Amino acid sequence: MITELPMGFSLLLSGILFTIGAIGALMRRNVLVVFMCIELMLNAVNLIFIASDRLLSSLSGNIFVFFIMTVAAVEAAVGLAIFVLVFRLKGTVNADEVNLLKG
Amino acid sequence: MGFTKVVYFTFAFIAILSSLLMVTRKNPIHSALWMILTFFSLAVIYLLYEAQFIAVAQVMVYAGAIMMLILFVIMLVNLEKGYGEGEESKSPLQKKKIAWLLVTTVFFVELLFCAVFFRMTGKTGDYTAEMVRSMGNAKTVGSLLYGKYLFPFEIASLMLLVGIVGAVVLTKKTK
Repeated sequence: MITELPMGFSLLLSGILFTIGAIGALMRRNVLVVFMCIELMLNAVNLIFIASDRLLSSLSGNIFVFFIMTVAAVEAAVGLAIFVLVFRLKGTVNADEVNLLKG
Repeated sequence: MGFTKVVYFTFAFIAILSSLLMVTRKNPIHSALWMILTFFSLAVIYLLYEAQFIAVAQVMVYAGAIMMLILFVIMLVNLEKGYGEGEESKSPLQKKKIAWLLVTTVFFVELLFCAVFFRMTGKTGDYTAEMVRSMGNAKTVGSLLYGKYLFPFEIASLMLLVGIVGAVVLTKKTK
């Protein structure tokens, strides 16, 4: 079905998505948007796993994506709990104003 | 150009566009909604690669659970701020931003080189498209998860439990 598509397209799409995510994670100051950008980068990696799976006729990539999703879900739960705590402490979620460790 | 290709490029375009909009919107709620669209279009691409199980999990876990959680926290946290103001208004960090842009550009060119000159080598696995199709993708992945990868699967469930407990303990109000 997808064999008519060369692998390069998916690599390119994944690279573009990863770069957009990296730019967003570095440029935005709202930690929630940064968090979403990290999820986007995880998704770009997932895309490569799925695409190469079909090409190599393997299923290890699917399994790996499953575990990445599990980790992302745990990360979301714990990370957002930390954001709520930071908001309670500082009254903001702007990454520039969270500098408690700066000394 | 076959139907598959048309669908692929349409949804690849939607994914790139919506992720760009996700990064550039000022209001975090708008960003979250564009992110959901990105996840959906990626799920369609997974379907084209015949990874049905992962596509459904993508919609359920990412577009459903994780984004719901993020939207919930955005609404909890950004209430007093109004319409995304004060985000990038008073940042004197232009030089830093240019540096970041440069770094990511170099990074993207590297990725581009990889995509252009990449040749897949190595031997292929046992799960050919015909075999997976005859058995069903979800069934094959499930039998792998409960067979060969049982131990990592259990570790993953333990990690989810730790995550739940951690989130509850973190947000509990101490008197």
